[in-house]
Amino acid sequence: MTDATNSPSTGPMLSADGTPLKKSLQIALRRQKLRALALIAPLLLFVLISFIAPIADMLFRSVENEIVSETIPRTVIALEQWDYEDGNAAAPSDDVYAALYVDLSEAEEFKTHTRLGSRLNYETTGMSSLLRKTGRGIGRMDTDEYTKQFEALDPKWEDPAAWVAMMQSPGVANILPETASAWQSWQRMVTNKNDVLSEEQPEDFIYTMLYRDLIAQPVSAVAAYSGPGAEMLQAADSAVDGFEAISLREQFLDIDKDWADAQIWGTIKAFSSPYTAGYFLSSVDLQQTPAGIEQQPENQQIYMLLFGRTMFMSMVIMGSCILLGYPIAYLLSNLPLRTSNLLLILVLLPFWTSLLVRTSAWKVLLQQQGVINDILVWVGLVADGDRLVMINNQFGTIVAMTHILLPFMILPLYSVMKTIPPTYVRAAKSLGATNWTAFWRVYFPQSVPGIGAGSILVFILSIGYYITPELVGGTTGTFISNRIAYHISSSLNWGLAAALGTILLAVVLLLYWVYDRIVGIDNVSLG
Amino acid sequence: MKSKLAIMMCGAALAVTGVHAQAADMADSMTIVSWGGAYQKSQINAYAEPYKGANSEVEVIWDESSNEAVAKLRAMNEAGNITWDLVDVVAADAIRLCDEGLAMEFDADELLAAGDDGSSASDDFGDLLVSDCFIPQIVYSTTFGYRTDMVGDTPPTNICDVFDLEKYPGKRSLEKRPINNMEWALLCDGVAKEDVYDVLETEEGQTQALAKLDTIKDQVVWWSAGADTPQLLADGEVVMGSTYNGRLFSLIEEQDQPVAMLWDAQVFDLDGWIIPAGLPEDRLARVKDFVKFATDTQRLADQAKYISYGPARKSSAPLVGQHADLGIDMAPHMPTDPNNSKNTFLYNYTWWADYRDDLDAKFQAWLAQ
Repeated sequence: MTDATNSPSTGPMLSADGTPLKKSLQIALRRQKLRALALIAPLLLFVLISFIAPIADMLFRSVENEIVSETIPRTVIALEQWDYEDGNAAAPSDDVYAALYVDLSEAEEFKTHTRLGSRLNYETTGMSSLLRKTGRGIGRMDTDEYTKQFEALDPKWEDPAAWVAMMQSPGVANILPETASAWQSWQRMVTNKNDVLSEEQPEDFIYTMLYRDLIAQPVSAVAAYSGPGAEMLQAADSAVDGFEAISLREQFLDIDKDWADAQIWGTIKAFSSPYTAGYFLSSVDLQQTPAGIEQQPENQQIYMLLFGRTMFMSMVIMGSCILLGYPIAYLLSNLPLRTSNLLLILVLLPFWTSLLVRTSAWKVLLQQQGVINDILVWVGLVADGDRLVMINNQFGTIVAMTHILLPFMILPLYSVMKTIPPTYVRAAKSLGATNWTAFWRVYFPQSVPGIGAGSILVFILSIGYYITPELVGGTTGTFISNRIAYHISSSLNWGLAAALGTILLAVVLLLYWVYDRIVGIDNVSLG
Repeated sequence: MKSKLAIMMCGAALAVTGVHAQAADMADSMTIVSWGGAYQKSQINAYAEPYKGANSEVEVIWDESSNEAVAKLRAMNEAGNITWDLVDVVAADAIRLCDEGLAMEFDADELLAAGDDGSSASDDFGDLLVSDCFIPQIVYSTTFGYRTDMVGDTPPTNICDVFDLEKYPGKRSLEKRPINNMEWALLCDGVAKEDVYDVLETEEGQTQALAKLDTIKDQVVWWSAGADTPQLLADGEVVMGSTYNGRLFSLIEEQDQPVAMLWDAQVFDLDGWIIPAGLPEDRLARVKDFVKFATDTQRLADQAKYISYGPARKSSAPLVGQHADLGIDMAPHMPTDPNNSKNTFLYNYTWWADYRDDLDAKFQAWLAQ
């Protein structure tokens, strides 16, 4: 067609209404495509919303780490000034403790500090109870000394209305930056309790921040302020140098001495950014420590081993499915229809039985006091003392999963073999080929698409399996999916589960690509 | 009891209008999540049926999802649609849910009924209120059962017999997690009971515990479902195995298997209710009403008629009677019975909340080797 339109002798071909034929054809085609798209749109939308989006959301959790910067935003900013150094690193300055004081005061009200503790406990053992304990202790710090001293100076400091008037004045945020920031937290806390701001006396952390601001600001800055409450603020500024100072660091150490531990602060700093590679590092047996990326200690390395084992065992299961499934499919496709239908039902029958029932049946068969061992002992092949161990190990997993996944191999093979005309093999034989040559050179190549389809199905299903390995796998027969399930349902470490799942997905896609390069995906046929 | 009932009925009669007004504010249906099986049946018999007797308009829907309750509650919370009203979980999960803000905090004396003996709810439950969100229901224990026909003339009496392959050859079943196993291993490696958690905190202590478990690793079948060990014992697959005491009770007494309990160094654990955070008011009112009823002294004692778990209230203990079908005295089968609890452990919740992630990684890596 391109030849025709580009042909110089005739010029562009025109359609009946005078537009170039190429263009009108394009319009017609586009209209057709749009119509087709509109027809599949409901399904496409459904798949996008109910399938792709949730998976993407789940996978996104593998890098998401907003909880730290959302729960303790001031601390994260204050920690930027502090550097973790290996060994006898010093804990951060009082500024960081002050930031943490305000952050945790608010987090305690919203009960988010324990959530942060669970998150950080995945990285450093002990963070969970440290934050829970600190949350309990944060309201009982000695910082009420500041409150008392301000109140003694001027009773107006007790008056919530005076505070509200002062804090709402526009200039105050420049003079009292920490107090203004803490005041926002206080506003949120009051709203959360459904109280009225002008009726609630601020908590100790506001007074503490006020003290810190007044100490930090030069006298002239406070003196220049003329908004509401200027008088009491200026009086406080001149008196504040005489106040008894409370070390916030000491207060935190009183709650738990771990707050002096640089490791704790290093962990918070290392995981303070809203996105983290930490989960992915954990899923390949590395870890993000305050000092940088390191290998997990040897006694905690498990994921690479499990990934390797999952791949290896899935290959073995796929292989044994081919070995067992091929002859059956061959038989099914070459028998008379009535017999083959009956046999096909036998293939499908276990398929319709509950997965758990089939797995438990294998337990009964394979265990040491089970049917097979009993028969072997009865026949005399095995001594009663050393019965075979056939379950709760890799062997048990391979046997049970091969059985469960066998229909997924047989069905594609059968449907492909059904379409291979028997005349080819007959022709080969009539030309002098032996049975084996006729099968191997003529029949087998035509059945390869079925093997391909079956292998992909079995392999992909088996690397995601977890119930069967959990029940019959013991310790050496468990898969990576068992750890994913554990992190989803028990440890609630969804980030790590998402990272492991992402890696698994990537590996599958990679294998699919390799398979396409070697075998060619066009050679796969489901029938 | 009678006089109390009379007072309650009087009160009810006087406040008929009040009750009506209150009932209108409460939801008519309630979804309760539990473990299924014999345990859920005991809850239906002891709590739900009597409650329905007094509140016939209420429909109770049971969901057997306690196993994955933590994950499902989190998902529900993220979706903003909590469909459960009351969830039965073990204490460790309750602490996790409380930390995550998924369970409702409450004041024990306000939410729960006072004890029959007059003690306040917080005194009656005492130390068992291990979290601000957790309403204790039963005390159960993880302990060992052994095949009486496979241990010769000297049945095991000590937890360390589990680690003694010479005296008791054969397979053992242990739970596929570090909790309890690490403690038992240290205990049998010469660590004093009071030092177990101090030792387990150190790297050396963890190595020591795993080394002790290494001595029997080849002979262990690892279980992950509570029903595994009873099945393995019944099949004669293992000589001894750990599981929940209620499971062993039904194996021994109800199914008449040649199995006996070891009890030594049994680990106490708690199971109870949590109320999901963020329930609408009418549903919350209904749940509160139910919980107050279902955790009172008599109801907790009634549950022990159906299953051999100890009631969480001190005041319920004297009321524990006989098994509803077998007619045997339940008190000697309770983990808290003095004869059974000569040497016990209490699951250290706060310690495991910190160390669970770390030790689990090490334990699983050790298992996979």
